[in-house]
Parts: sequence; C-alpha cells; structure tokens
Amino acid sequence: MKIEPLIKMANDIGNFFNSETDKEIAAEGIRKHILRSWDPRMRREIIAYCQQDGAALSDLVRTAVSRLEQA
Amino acid sequence: MSINKEKDFGTPASTNEKMVTLEIDGFQVTAPAGTSVMRAAASIGIEIPKLCATDSIEPFGSCRLCVVQIEGGRGMPASCTTPVADGLKITTQNKKLADVRRGIMELYISDHPLDCLTCSANGDCELQDMAGAVGLREVRYNPIETHLNAAKDESNPYFSFDPSKCIVCSRCVRACEETQGTFALTIDGRGFDSKVSPSQNQDFMDSECVSCGACVQACPTATLMEKSVIDNGLPEHAIVTTCAYCGVGCSFRAEMKGEQVIRMVPNKDGKANHGHSCVKGRFAFGYATHKDRITKPMIRASIKDAWQEVSWEEAISHAASELKRIQTKYGKDSIGGITSSRCTNEEVYIMQKLIRAGFGNNNVDTCARVCHSPTGYGLKQTFGESSGTQDFDSVMKADVILIIGANPTDGHPVFGSQMKKRLRQGAKLIVVDPREIDLIKAPHVKASHHLKLRPSTNVALINALGHVIVTENLLDEAFVNERCDVASFAKWKTFIAQEHNSPEASESITGVPAAELRAAARLYATAGNGAIYYGLGVTEHSQGSTMVIGIANLAMATGNLGHDGAGVNPLRGQNNVQGSCDMGSFPHEFPGYRHVSDPETHQLFEKAWNAELNAEPGLRIPNMFDAALDKSFMGLYCEGEDIAQSDPDIKHVHAALRAMECVIVQDIFLNETAKFAHVFFPGSSFLEKNGTFTNAERRISPVRKVMSPLAGYQDWEVTQMLSNAMGYPMNYSHPSEIMDEIAQLTPSFAGVSYEKIDRLGSVQWPCNDEAPEGTPIMHTEHFLRDNGKGLFMLTEFVPTAERVTGKYPLILTTGRILSQYNVGAQTRRTENVAWHSEDRLEIHPHDAEDRGVNTGDWVGIKSRAGETVLRALVSDRVQPGVVYTTFHFPESGANVITTDNSDWATNCPEYKVTAVQITKVSQTSEWQQEYSAFSEKQLDLLEQGISHD
Repeated sequence: MKIEPLIKMANDIGNFFNSETDKEIAAEGIRKHILRSWDPRMRREIIAYCQQDGAALSDLVRTAVSRLEQA
Repeated sequence: MSINKEKDFGTPASTNEKMVTLEIDGFQVTAPAGTSVMRAAASIGIEIPKLCATDSIEPFGSCRLCVVQIEGGRGMPASCTTPVADGLKITTQNKKLADVRRGIMELYISDHPLDCLTCSANGDCELQDMAGAVGLREVRYNPIETHLNAAKDESNPYFSFDPSKCIVCSRCVRACEETQGTFALTIDGRGFDSKVSPSQNQDFMDSECVSCGACVQACPTATLMEKSVIDNGLPEHAIVTTCAYCGVGCSFRAEMKGEQVIRMVPNKDGKANHGHSCVKGRFAFGYATHKDRITKPMIRASIKDAWQEVSWEEAISHAASELKRIQTKYGKDSIGGITSSRCTNEEVYIMQKLIRAGFGNNNVDTCARVCHSPTGYGLKQTFGESSGTQDFDSVMKADVILIIGANPTDGHPVFGSQMKKRLRQGAKLIVVDPREIDLIKAPHVKASHHLKLRPSTNVALINALGHVIVTENLLDEAFVNERCDVASFAKWKTFIAQEHNSPEASESITGVPAAELRAAARLYATAGNGAIYYGLGVTEHSQGSTMVIGIANLAMATGNLGHDGAGVNPLRGQNNVQGSCDMGSFPHEFPGYRHVSDPETHQLFEKAWNAELNAEPGLRIPNMFDAALDKSFMGLYCEGEDIAQSDPDIKHVHAALRAMECVIVQDIFLNETAKFAHVFFPGSSFLEKNGTFTNAERRISPVRKVMSPLAGYQDWEVTQMLSNAMGYPMNYSHPSEIMDEIAQLTPSFAGVSYEKIDRLGSVQWPCNDEAPEGTPIMHTEHFLRDNGKGLFMLTEFVPTAERVTGKYPLILTTGRILSQYNVGAQTRRTENVAWHSEDRLEIHPHDAEDRGVNTGDWVGIKSRAGETVLRALVSDRVQPGVVYTTFHFPESGANVITTDNSDWATNCPEYKVTAVQITKVSQTSEWQQEYSAFSEKQLDLLEQGISHD
C-alpha cells in the first residue's frame, strides 16, 4: 500500500495525542490506537517505513510506531 | 383519514397528574385534569359527533357538532373545548342536542357536493359519517350561492386540493401550524368567503408548503386527498412498518390493496413520530416499483461486457466461486464486504457474520464510515457507549437547544417539527453553522444566537465555549465530582482555561465574535436543561472525533446528561446508521462495539458461530480502495451502498473498483457502484422484507413485508445463500431467529425479541434484565465505561490540511435538502424531483459579483482533487468565502472535488471542507463528460443483457 496516506494518518493521530502533556501516555495512546484500528498490512507498512527512515513521521508518532509489534 | 381507523379521541391527551371524576351519560369516568369532555367520553366508548376536532391538534370549537349539556350549566358548550371537572354531569345525547347537530349538518351539506358514490373518500369521510351519525335525512335549503364550482388545485404531485369539498374546519391549517410548524396555510377571507389558502392565495406548489402530508392527514373530507387514492381507490388493509429514509425512523401504516401500496400513513402510535411524517416517508415510496428496478440476477466477466441474466443458483455459485478463487490467488484477506445503513439489523448482522466467519477476515465496513463513525468513537471514549443519550421526546423538556452542524428541518424533518414545537413553547435556541439554516428564523422561532463559524473551525469553537464555562465558573461541579473521572476533569479544566482557547483568541480562527460566543456559552450553561443536537457538520471533518469529544466534555461539565431535556444527540443521516453500527459493521468491532481482539468476546463468537475468527482489525472502506490499487484487496461484496457516488475523491474510488477482480453489488437499482460490478444480486426494498431498523434514539422498530420481493428473495436470504455457497452454513428461516441470536450474543440487546417489539411497538436499547422494556435515556445513574465514570479528554484545535489559497480561495461545504435523500437513488425516482431536480452551488452575492456569476449560470468548481460543473444559486444563506452544494445527483460529481482528508480517529471523510475556486463556464467538466459516456455505456450493456418479459 502507498506509504504517504499511512504517514498522514499516523501523524493525524499523533496530533490528537500531542496535547497530552505526559509524552509517555501520548505515545502509548497512539500505539494503542493504531494497533486497535489498523489492518495488519497497514501496520506492517508503517513499521517498515519507520524502521527504514521514518523522517516524515513526527517524533511522537515515530516513538509510538517503533513500539508496535510486527503483526 | 385512514382505513381500519385508529381511534380518534378528538383532542390531545392531558399530561396533568391530577385526576378528576365526572359523570357522562350516567357513566362515571376518571381522567387527568385538562382532558376535554370529548376525550373523556371517548375513553369510555361514547363517541360525540365532531368535525373540527381530531386528537393530533388542539381543540378549536368551531363546528359546534360536539355540543353537550352540563347539569346546572348554561347553554350547550362544545365538548372539545370544555375541560373535565370533578362532579360534572354531562349529557351527550338528547333531542335538543340531536336537533342542533342535525341543523349544523344540514347547513354543511347544503354547500357540499352530493357525489358520495363517486367521491374518492367514499367510505372514509368524516362528513359522510357525521351525516349518518346525526340522522340527516333531508336538506331543506336551496342556496343561491355555493362553493361547488371552486377550482381544484392539482399542483402538488402527491395530493389534490378540492375546495368545493372543504368545510373550512381549519384542521389543515392547525395541523400545518401545530404539527408541522410551517404555517403555510391560513383561512383567507371572512364569512361566506372564508377559504383555505396556501400562503398568499398561491397554489400549493408555489406556497411555503413542505408537503409533509399533515394537512391531508387531518382533513375530514376529500378536500385534501392523496392522488394515489383518487387513482386507485381506498386501500383495504394496513400493515405497520418503519420508514426507510432518515434516522428519525418514523412508524407508518402501509395501506394496501392486495400487494399494491396505496398510501403510507404516519402511525399515531409511532413513538418516534407520533403520527407525523415528511414528504419522503409519506409520499416518496414509488421508487419501490419503479421501472428501473432490476429483478433478475446478472453476471459478467468484465465491466466492458454486457450483463447476462442468470438464475439465482448460477449467480450465487458464480459469486462464491470468484470470491474463493481470489482468496486462493491473493490470500484470505483479499476480499471483504460493505454493509449499508439502508439494510435491516438482521441483514447487517449476517453480512458481518459471513465476512468474519465465512470469509475468515474482518474486512467489513459500513457507510457510517463516511458519516457518523466519529460519533461512535467519541461517545464510546467519553461515555462508554457509541450512541446518543436521549429519546426524541426529551426535547420537549429542553430549555435551551444547541444545534451544531445539523439542519433538522431538512435532514430530519419530523424531529425538526417536534423541535420547533418546543421552541414555540419558549425554549431558547443556539445554532452553530456556517450557513443560515431554516430554524434560525422560522415562524414564531428565532435563534438567540447564530454562531456563524468558518468551516473546519468546530473544535476551536467548542473549546471557546468550554473556556467560558470553566473560567466564568458555570460548571456543575457536583455532577462532575459524582459522575465523572475527576482526574481527567482536572486536566481538561487546566487545558480549556488556557488563554489560547478563549473566545477572544479563537475569534480570528472561527470568525465568531467573542461577545456573542460568550453569551451563547452562558445561555447553554445556565438556562436549565441544555440539549445538544448535532449532525454531519460535526463529524465530517479531519477533527470530527475531536469535536464529538468536545461536545461530550461540554455536556458533562454542565451536568447536562442523564436526565430528560438534556443530553448529546447525534442526528443520524440514514434510517439504520445506529443499527448497522450496533450490529458489528466496523472492521475492529463485533456486534455491541466489542473489539475483535477482546479474548472473552472473541471466544464467545467463535463458539457461537462455530468458526475460527481473526483477532486483527480488518480494512476500513478507504483502506479497501488503497489496498485494491495495491492488489491486496481484489473482491468486494457490497450490499445497499453506493460507494461510487457517495465516497470522497471519487476518481480514486472508481480506479479502485476497476482494479478489483470481482465486485458483487446487491441493490434494487443498477446504482453507480454496480456500473463497476461483475455480479449483480437484485435486492428487495423495505416494503418487501421483514427485519428491524434502529433509529437515532436507539429505537428498534419493526420492518414488515407488505409485498412479495420483486426478485424472489429478501436480502437476508441472498446473503444466507452466498454464505452457504462459500461453505459457511446458515439456516435461518426467519429474521426473528437472527434477532434471537443477536440478543443471545449482545448484552445491550439481551432482552430484545420480535415478540417484544410487536408487543411494545418498538424498544430502545439497552434492553436487558436491568431495563426489560428498554432505555429511553442513558447514563442516568452511571456511565457505561468500565469504572462507571465519564471521561474528559483534551481537544486541541488542529487546523485542517485543506487550506484556502489564492488558487483555491473559497471553502466548499455540502449538505442535503428536504425533498431528496442521500445519493438520491430512491427519491430521484419519485415525484420529489418536482422540488429539486438538480444540485446547485450556493454562492454569496459578493463572491458571485467578483466572478460575474448570476443565478442559473454554469460554474466550474475546481479543487485540488478535481473539477465539476454545477449551476449557481446566488444566496446570502452562505457567508462570503463559503460555497455550498447538495450531493443527490451522480452527474453533479460533488465527490470529484472532495479530497481524501479524513478524521484522524476513524477516517470519516472531510466532506465539509474543500478549498475551491469558482469560475463561470459554458460546458460540463471533462470528468462529467467522461463519466456521462461511461454511464451511458453501462446502461447500454444493461439493456443488451436484460429481458423485458
């Protein structure tokens, strides 16, 4: 699947959780949201992207995605 | 009027708790104070003759046919306007009263056509009934002048107005005022010249009439009569069912002659509509037998081929074989399905069961993805349940009504009428909308505040409202401390009090003057019961879920939850949005909104369905399109949904559909999606099947088969056949068995059964041991989250990525209109096109002048996604910088220009915000020309394949 829409989706999720002052809670919120609502093939793509480069992901999202287990 | 006449008590019921006892014709009767003598008499079976009274409207006392005598009282008062009182002794029948009534009827009949035998209301006419009831045997008058030659008004496509038969009882006028709230009718003139007049002596079509049918329903003669009755004669039996249009879910009596629907009459006992209706539900049912209906299954190898009619067995077998082939070639997760809010609960349930258990994946989604998925997410997070909190009747206890991004009089007209009734009683109104909706200024209704915000700035606005409530200490701290998670509240309170959330700081974002916003916040927080109603103007944004959460925060902070007159109320677009979501249509949730990975739920369904189930979320609709273009999703079963018209960035959708190897469409028409399909299963309309719909207030109502399915099978039977062909056995013999299974597996439906629905008429979930007859108002004692506490969440405003620029300086937003419904597949095939035959672009006069555009000009609308052409309607209903259109006609291509931006939590598309430029043009867009050619080709391929027997 194209990575650009997935990057945008992930960053949009990150923008919601970004208002949380405790960044640990925020990163966990992002991780859980992606884990619970994304099809595994989408998760595989974003994890692979994050592992390769991940430059277009926000710092918070990168932290969250790096904690996602490979499906 | 209607056949199998529902009991008419003459005047509305009193809600007074004090009871009084009196005597009528020697019988003792006890009734609530405020009840009319007429109604009290009717309650013990004494029918006092009447003409101007009916129990849907307030008494008027004009016909005097209902006169009675009161022992010790003077004269002969009208029983409809005389309230009961302790100790009254009433006589309803004696010679004197009989003489008076006969005299009245003699006068009426002296100016009434004596054509009963050929009259369309023969056998269903209250005037005829009363002539019989009073024993009228002769008319002694020979009038010099009559109204017998008054001209008919046939302008309305659905009913005729024949003033020669009018008795000027004002029932139609009062129904238009009290029931509908439009005030389109009046009695013009005085004395003999008195006559019913639409608006300023106009005909019905040119007047303000909205064709709700309330006047027709109230008319006691053939003056206002359905043309379908005039053409076909009176119906002979009636079956109660539920409307298949909007999320109000009105109850109707389908009045039949054999298997032909003669008319749809709103059911007085319907708890969502109380005997009212709108132009769609009341009249626009003709699509069900439209010539475009497809009634035979069809297949083809490619969308370039002609369709081929085949037997059901061959179509089912072919579809299953194709789906299995694709799974073998591309993997188990390469197929899926889309359910629709137009399907019944039972259809949706077995569809998702087929996908989860039969396909072996969770690639099921529903059209709520593109409308109210943020409601499901936001309310689940904050309140613990993905639903609105109130019943519709709750609005009658509201002191202030806050409408955000909804247009009830167009989108949910019957509830809009109920809301107007409450507003006329004095409730205050705040409207948050970029556009002037009708409710802002309606007869005897005026909004206290119209917060005319810029599209896409909802969250900044709700935060500013919250800021005022927190910083001016308008909170209900007792409610918060008792009912909510106090730690989350403390965090939210700190966040919302920050200066950047103040009305003054957000004014430059929203465009709403700070002082007006502060006044609105104070009104909502302090006026008493505050009720929030919202629609797709909230959800269809990149921050749709955030806005729903913001609304929930506001209601919790002010204690406006858990009681009558308050609450958070999503107005659902389609008839079964709530139900299709309840039934497990989302790819990550089983029925009852339980996550597919939840071990207990997973085990429950594996055992009950005797299948190994996937514990990973499946693809959402937009993900399916992306996956199709990536060749990892190649087969789709789509029932009752028209994604090729309704979904955003339509060129992308069409490309995805073209990329799939097998698209199966189940619908009543060859809709836009079917033009990309390889298998077509002819569907059944709501009149042809049994099942249930769940409306916006969680009310589960019966859908009943009133005619045989034109294609031979009800939709649930087709899904069951496909499941069996796929190798996953299903053996339901009736939808009631499906509901029994739903009840067995879903705690909030545990007490639901067809027997109960039939007995109660309808039932609102949760319905279980705690609430055996259902739950009108939720969260009365505790919220449904695990700890029982409402959760506050932070709602930072994040501007949309869709920005206006010099190239795209205007914002396009979309909505709907009263006479048309959603993608228009149904209403475009009815006489409703008389009101709205094309989508138009509303543009403010300033923006129009800048571009040299006048009403009626063709204008090109260009966005970053595409371009289309519509005719312009110059209107100051929209603000400068904003343009607006409806999306009811496929050729309009409204979704050619909408973008792929979507809600961060649910991927609900951002339909409401598209940056565009408008230019005057002379021809349709390139896309429109191409699509028109494609569509014509597809219709030709259909024509080549179908038989005309």
